[in-house]
Amino acid sequence: MWIYEKKLQYPVKVYTTNPTLAQMIIEQFGGADGELSAGIRYLTQRWTMPTNQVKALLTDIGTEELAHWEIIGTIVWKLVKDAPIDQIKGTPFEAHYVNHGKSPYPHDASGVPWTAAFINSKGDPIADLHENMAAEQKARATYEWLINISDDPGVIDALRFLREREVVHFQRFGEALRIVQEEMDKKKYY
Amino acid sequence: MDREQKMLLKEIMEYSFALVETALYLDTHPFDQKALSLHNDYSRKYHELVSIYQAKYGPLTNDRMSGCPWAYINGPWPWEIEFDMH
Repeated sequence: MWIYEKKLQYPVKVYTTNPTLAQMIIEQFGGADGELSAGIRYLTQRWTMPTNQVKALLTDIGTEELAHWEIIGTIVWKLVKDAPIDQIKGTPFEAHYVNHGKSPYPHDASGVPWTAAFINSKGDPIADLHENMAAEQKARATYEWLINISDDPGVIDALRFLREREVVHFQRFGEALRIVQEEMDKKKYY
Repeated sequence: MDREQKMLLKEIMEYSFALVETALYLDTHPFDQKALSLHNDYSRKYHELVSIYQAKYGPLTNDRMSGCPWAYINGPWPWEIEFDMH
């Protein structure tokens, strides 16, 4: 069960109109290591997690990722909402515009649509938690590349916040892995 | 959204974020008394502020009571708010 809270997790400030930057940031809206992948991955893995701590963690991080997906959609929207056609033509956002107008859409920066093949749920907690730790590091790296190409201080501020969250989630998944391994050792089952 | 509403919403957002952070930590450290005490303090303050906000500006979640007309639909929606001010 979920309920929507009518607020963002972080206040998104965008000072410029920049369709090209919007198209790059959409990588985290529908790309392989983006926020949608993260949310669906963690929420899907919950059914086969063996301990209550890790069931809670996947629920809470998965839910936070959906809030991050909303932040990314908001950055993209604010970067394009005031753009006249002349400022869209000839940019990488033009191909997006002819199919979706100014709506965000879950594809990556080069237009590859989001697919469930971006994630896995192996039904094996050790495999899943390793995937999640790798996913957090890949997302952190993506945020660093995005920060490098961004020149709007508001966008950079939000991307830095999201990058920090990847670091915290990586830490928590590492602890979850240790908890699951200790539990399995107790049962002499591996 | 006027300055006063935005300030209150931002304060709610800060407590809400602090609660996410303490909750994730507690998920893997359920016996940490210091973290629990922080979480409980933030929770109390968060719910106080949410009550004040909702009484003035309408529901933040659709399970809340509302006068007529239904105030949950009122804009700006979160992705439309200008957060430029400090």
